[in-house]
Amino acid sequence: MADNLNDSTSRAPVSQTGHVIPPVDDEGMIGARVTLTIDGQEVKVPLGTTIHDAAKRAGIHIPTLCAHPDLCMAGLCRVCVVEVEGMRTLQASCAYPVSQPMKIHTHTRKVRQARRHIIDLMLSHHYGECYACGRNNNCELQTLAKEYGVDFFRFGHPDKPMYAKDESSHSVIRDMNKCVLCRRCVRTCIDLQEVGCLEAVDRGDKTKIATFMDKPLADVVCINCGQCINRCPTGALRANDPTDEIWAAIDDPKKHVVIQTAPAPRAAIGECFGLEPGHPLTFELNTAMKLCGFDKVFDTNFTADLTIFEEGAELLLRLQDALKTKKGPVFLPQFTSCSPGWVKYLEHFYPEYIPNLSSAKSPQQMFGAVIKTYYAQLNNLDPKDIVTVALMPCSAKKFECNRPEMTDSGFKDVDYGLTTRELAKMIQEAGIDLPKMAKSDFDSPFGSATGSGVIFGTTGGVMEAALRTVIELVVGIKVENLFDHADIIPLRGMDGIKYVELTIPSVGEVPAILKPLFESWDFLKGVTVKVAVAHGTANAHKVMEDLKNGGPLSQCHFIEFMGCPGGCIGGGGQPIPTSQEIREARAKAIYAEDSAYPIRKSHENPAVLELYTKFLTEGPCGHKSHKLLHTHYTPRGKYIAE
Amino acid sequence: MITPNHKAPLTFATIEPDAGLKAALAKPRVDLIAEITASQLKGRGGAGFPTGVKWNLAAAAQADTKYVICNADEGEPGTFKDRVLLSDHADLVFEGMTIGGYAIGSKIGILYLRGEYTYLRAHLDAVLAARRAKGLLGKNVAGKQGFEFDIQIRMGSGAYVCGEETALIESLEGHRGEPRNRPPFPVDTGLNKLPSVVNNVETFAWVTSILVKGSAWFKAIGTQRSTGLKIFSVSGDCKQPGIYEFPMGITVAKMLEAVGGSDAKAVQIGGASGHCVPASEFGRVIAFEDVSTGGSVIVFGAHRDMLHVAKNFLEFFVEESCGQCTPCRDGNPKLLGGVELLEQGRCSMRYLNELSSLGETMQIASKCGLGQSAPNAFLSIVKHFKDELMGRTQGEAH
Ligand SMILES: Cc1cc2nc3c(=O)[nH]c(=O)nc-3n(C[C@H](O)[C@H](O)[C@H](O)COP(=O)(O)O)c2cc1C
Ligand code: SF4
Ligand code: SF4
Ligand code: SF4
Ligand code: SF4
Ligand code: FES
Repeated sequence: MADNLNDSTSRAPVSQTGHVIPPVDDEGMIGARVTLTIDGQEVKVPLGTTIHDAAKRAGIHIPTLCAHPDLCMAGLCRVCVVEVEGMRTLQASCAYPVSQPMKIHTHTRKVRQARRHIIDLMLSHHYGECYACGRNNNCELQTLAKEYGVDFFRFGHPDKPMYAKDESSHSVIRDMNKCVLCRRCVRTCIDLQEVGCLEAVDRGDKTKIATFMDKPLADVVCINCGQCINRCPTGALRANDPTDEIWAAIDDPKKHVVIQTAPAPRAAIGECFGLEPGHPLTFELNTAMKLCGFDKVFDTNFTADLTIFEEGAELLLRLQDALKTKKGPVFLPQFTSCSPGWVKYLEHFYPEYIPNLSSAKSPQQMFGAVIKTYYAQLNNLDPKDIVTVALMPCSAKKFECNRPEMTDSGFKDVDYGLTTRELAKMIQEAGIDLPKMAKSDFDSPFGSATGSGVIFGTTGGVMEAALRTVIELVVGIKVENLFDHADIIPLRGMDGIKYVELTIPSVGEVPAILKPLFESWDFLKGVTVKVAVAHGTANAHKVMEDLKNGGPLSQCHFIEFMGCPGGCIGGGGQPIPTSQEIREARAKAIYAEDSAYPIRKSHENPAVLELYTKFLTEGPCGHKSHKLLHTHYTPRGKYIAE
Repeated sequence: MITPNHKAPLTFATIEPDAGLKAALAKPRVDLIAEITASQLKGRGGAGFPTGVKWNLAAAAQADTKYVICNADEGEPGTFKDRVLLSDHADLVFEGMTIGGYAIGSKIGILYLRGEYTYLRAHLDAVLAARRAKGLLGKNVAGKQGFEFDIQIRMGSGAYVCGEETALIESLEGHRGEPRNRPPFPVDTGLNKLPSVVNNVETFAWVTSILVKGSAWFKAIGTQRSTGLKIFSVSGDCKQPGIYEFPMGITVAKMLEAVGGSDAKAVQIGGASGHCVPASEFGRVIAFEDVSTGGSVIVFGAHRDMLHVAKNFLEFFVEESCGQCTPCRDGNPKLLGGVELLEQGRCSMRYLNELSSLGETMQIASKCGLGQSAPNAFLSIVKHFKDELMGRTQGEAH
């Protein structure tokens, strides 16, 4: 049913979306193929394949800059030009879909000269020094300059900046002096994320990437997802980096510095150390962080499991109100609230749906609140001396921890959001070779969590964790009876929107921990629970439009939204580059880790159950939970004040 | 503004109103397109694509909605012939668009009018209203059962690049005026992703004329590869600037003689994006196979400083580049910087050669015709007037 919802509804101009190329499929395309001769080599490709991709099949590398595998074609940097016999001009190979046999040459004198000129022209506008740049050794412009043997600035090089840096945002810093106008960020923001807060403005050599009316990024509809950072080829876009402050806290003997780590960074950080995507380094990382000087290392999965209790209880309460007590307006479907990019997207674009958002804080923020209260008590620490750092795959988490309402512990619940890239840098700075570290466990009292907590890191994971728990607590049977190995496969994979129905055949006893909220589950007997999953805010946009129009998804009870394509594994703080392939490899690592855990279900996490007996004694959604673990949201709207 | 100063009345003045449309509607669509193809009419907007071929592609495209778009963005420096055609012969242009609608199976015509021509709007609206009143637009056009066609006017807003047909379409869709990748071409994926034919104002007027006078008449004029007549906008250092009609294939010398500019030092043919022809090459012919043009002719007298000419054009391109692709966006300012160094006598031969080679890259690597032709004037001036330019050298500063 969600099939048509997975069609593209991009509102980007055609010049940005370009020609939609049919997927390159080896099977079933017999007859619709073209034979190209590339550098003398014959290649047979499906109709509509770009010259660039055809060359790639033949093992020929054509450099690119404005092209990105996640984005629609653009054809504007012209670095990828090739010579086609019979054509006067060179063609941009990334943007030329083939429809007839052609003879192509990828590195003639004209081509090499043109590429070198183009690189020289970019450098003539590029103010920045590689050794003082966050993207040193991870920069596509630098790589191009190297590949094409740039050893002097043929057309000059700026000696002073043209633009002031925009450091207004907690999440994304823009230094347009390093921008090469490839517009990947523009296409990311409008096409992939449906936000559209970046656009090319002005013409000619005055062209620049700007926000609405050139306002600071913090004042426009930016959702802080950082997807633009992940796709920027240069150092023009960066995350707001707190590593100096964190080092200072570590160096301060009075400070007790704890770090919580989310599953997605652990699955990806190896890429910063030369490993192929898909090698989780969870336990090596624990050792490395201790070596860096963090006092305690905790697993965010602990609060992911806690979230399942809080958010799950909230959902069951809404369902009880809708189906049994029938009191008050009930806002269904309930939306997940753990992705701060998504939350801000909703606040801007669909503020009228704020009541549908779960009031549960994200695992990061729950952890912060628990550390500065429960953990401080347990260890006789003054919460003002505790510094909480959150290792996250996400740039929006930096904004989230700075939300004014996130101080329920009486202090700033989470002091710093640290991205995967930034922690990798700290580890390198400490001279640690991460992949070679010995493994060590997380610190008590939170211990290492469950497989359900781990899969929070990928699209569908929150829903899978929630269903595992709801099935067992409500139906009273083992998930394994319904899904092999408790793997709820229909919720997995990279489809933009996924949908699952599950009829509750019979109900069991209400477990003790939920007794304060529910007498019995009778109201759920025979109910068909409908859930959906969307990742990347462009897909969220489609779901929201469907809800507004009373479409099929408006019948859902619960919808998981993650702001980034692929979920957290594709977050804006993850290693660069990114692509569907890379995200799939990271997701695979996450699922492998899940199945390796002895405990797979959130409601069986002993540390969480202990927290409810010792601290949150009224149980999920109780008074104390509400104070510490739940929050409220701000309607923001699309319109930007003068 | 240059007042039209016709030497002889344009052929258009002699074309009987509505005769072309009637002749077209009497033919089956295939035959109509065959007639246009037989005339070998090539687009008068500058690129010179065969109109019959274009229409045939659009006619073959499968779609319920198609568009006929008349490109009246006339932004090329030194061109004003479309303005004159629209003020004096608007009916002929609209008639040509209607013929196009019939030929390709379109109900909707759009005139994309240059922002600076807003003053023509009232006149054009009145012409359209009169045509509707006469049944020449609307349902059953000119009595042809089942053929429905109407024309709307949309305004440009002053960007030269919006004359490039795909940028024009982007602009019509309400986006930033930036050229698209091709393929796909507008005949297949044009306005609103639907098949669209974009033609110049003059092209439509010739279509109407060809249907009245026959393709054989048109084909008999001009050269083998460039048939028919062409309207020119002549300005600059000549005695009689204005609008002229000449057969294709006329030599530069003959044309200069006709406009009173024989003592010129050089002629810029094709506007800022055209070529600078020095006196030594006045024997060349104006045709798609030699010096091609959309119709702009700017005459430079002996006293003109060619460096100043190049600078003027480059300033234009720096300003008008849409800023999308690297060679044009960043290349034009480098060429302009080079001209400024030349002016100061501070450009080394080595750097001048570097810039010439950059110009060649821009010609082949830019995304659209603007960037591809922007270095033309610079390159031809450097080629033909190198001594004049380098004469100023005072030292090798760069
Ligand atoms: C930068 C640029 C500006 C152009 N401006 C115009 C214009 O003002 N009028 C026009 O008819 N064609 C212009 N063209 C050519 C159009 O892209 C297109 O080829 C033409 O409208 C097709 O019509 P034709 O085949 O009848 O000439 C321009 C092309 C470029 C690259
Ligand atoms: S953006 Fe790239 S090329 Fe520029 S300074 Fe940084 S590393 Fe060097
Ligand atoms: S962080 Fe996300 S919303 Fe903000 S500019 Fe980048 S892509 Fe757009
Ligand atoms: S900010 Fe980065 S992604 Fe955006 S246009 Fe500039 S270089 Fe490209
Ligand atoms: S050549 Fe110039 S006008 Fe054309 S697309 Fe490139 S930047 Fe824009
Ligand atoms: S990579 Fe092809 S034009 Fe930029």
